[in-house]
Amino acid sequence: MVRFEDVWLKYRNPARPGAPAKDILRAISFEIPDGGFRWLTGPSGAGKTSLLKLIYLAEHPTQGLIDILGTRAANITRREAALLRRRIGVVYQDFRLLPQLSAYDNVALPMRLAHRGETQINADVTEILRWVGLEDRLHARPDELSGGAQQRIAIARAVVARPKLLVADEPTGNLDDEQAQRLMLLITALNRLGTTVVVATHNMALVERYPAPKLRIEDGKLVQNG
Amino acid sequence: MAKRDDLGLRAALADRLLPVLVAAMSFLAALGLAGTLASASLAHSWQSQASDTLTIQVPQPNNPDASGKTTRLAAVQAALAQTPGVTNPQVMSQADENALLTPWLGEDATQLGLQMPGVISASWAGPGSPDALGEALDKISAGTMVDAGAVWAARVAALTSSLQDCAAAVLVIVALVAAAVVAVAARAGLAQRRDTITIVHGLGALDGDIATRFANRAVVLVAAGSVAGTLLALPVLDWLAALAAPFSGQMTGSALSNVPMPLWFILPLLPIAAAGIGWATAQLTVRSWLRSLP
Ligand SMILES: Nc1ncnc2c1ncn2[C@@H]1O[C@H](COP(=O)(O)OP(=O)(O)OP(=O)(O)O)[C@@H](O)[C@H]1O
Ligand SMILES: [Mg+2]
Repeated sequence: MVRFEDVWLKYRNPARPGAPAKDILRAISFEIPDGGFRWLTGPSGAGKTSLLKLIYLAEHPTQGLIDILGTRAANITRREAALLRRRIGVVYQDFRLLPQLSAYDNVALPMRLAHRGETQINADVTEILRWVGLEDRLHARPDELSGGAQQRIAIARAVVARPKLLVADEPTGNLDDEQAQRLMLLITALNRLGTTVVVATHNMALVERYPAPKLRIEDGKLVQNG
Repeated sequence: MAKRDDLGLRAALADRLLPVLVAAMSFLAALGLAGTLASASLAHSWQSQASDTLTIQVPQPNNPDASGKTTRLAAVQAALAQTPGVTNPQVMSQADENALLTPWLGEDATQLGLQMPGVISASWAGPGSPDALGEALDKISAGTMVDAGAVWAARVAALTSSLQDCAAAVLVIVALVAAAVVAVAARAGLAQRRDTITIVHGLGALDGDIATRFANRAVVLVAAGSVAGTLLALPVLDWLAALAAPFSGQMTGSALSNVPMPLWFILPLLPIAAAGIGWATAQLTVRSWLRSLP
């Protein structure tokens, strides 16, 4: 379950510390039940990435309450936060792959962090890379791959450890139509297995094709929920 | 966390400067340690030699003594010969005395017209300290002074203990500088790997795991540097020990054989201590840096 209650996020301009903080998110309240699926839409700069950052614990709210997977985010230790992050798969808008690691090792990273055995890692990583169509690029490093292939590695890394919550920020931005469809197949399969999913996107055609409740934000305000 | 180098730390901390600086620190620390030991052992041998030495000064040695039968010097000599515990009294010759005074008074002190006191050296083998001796001799020839080596030995002890304090201060400073060097290197490594660490942190890496990876890397570099620095110090220590040998009364010829035995036990502790400092410093530095991440 993901729950926001009157959440505000303000960014201070580090260059002008005296200036008033800018409201990025204002009075956001919503709830996603366990196993739910939500599209997150809104114009560029509306605050989609900022809202997702709050969900995947990369940012603290200025005000308000956030529950992630049944845990009150404000009340946990750094260690508990780290363990909670392991249960959240994230596809970043800018991928965030480790440039010095191969595709295989990038995808294996979350499992290694969770101290899984190499046999299981090998099976799961190989399978998920086959799913995203990169089984023949296991040893390529990110800079040797196209933007679309990098995005697919980022997706594979987000789902390989079977997260309870999947957060994807514009995951189809660099994919062609067929790849985007394949990705949605993967995400809906995970969702059916019980993973709660939030996908931020500009791709309205995709939203039309996979009807699901929408969270729409404009200028930091939630203007549609459902 | 995985054993492989996911964080690219091998590159991040490959900073060749770190082992080199640590080697220099260890070199200094080895000298400091050796200094502590050497001053202790020199103090020991000097004190045992000095504390049983008596120096007796008799002013106007050639004047008649209280009884008027003999000279003041001869009277004191006779008294010393009778005193139990005093052995081997020797009157210092005028030439020896001049040689001693030359640095202060010039070529021929007698030319200054100064009345030189007679100086007798002797050994004290009696029980306790020869305090009563001064009073007894003063009665025979007024103004006679007894200088027990113990006083001088106490001064040597004070000097060596302050030398040891200096050496200890050197060790503390070296340890602090080494910690600072490791902290700077760790911060440089963190800055260089900021993106990678942010990503790994976002994937749920524990602060402790990340810090331990850095700390283990720091231990390898610091230990290597420290072993090198300590080994480099050995020939220097041997040379210094050879210089000190005449004072401490031990001397041999073969290579490194002058290095005192206790050092062979203490020096290996240096890289271990350095590694400990490196590990702890890297842990603290990385953990505090990670607090800047959410
Ligand atoms: N670290 C930051 N410091 C200050 N302002 C920020 C920061 N990150 C984002 N912003 C501002 O917050 C607002 C929302 O940004 P955000 O990235 O959440 O938008 P978005 O909806 O994801 O946009 P896009 O669709 O282009 O990805 C923007 O005005 C942006 O300039
Ligand atoms: Mg965004």
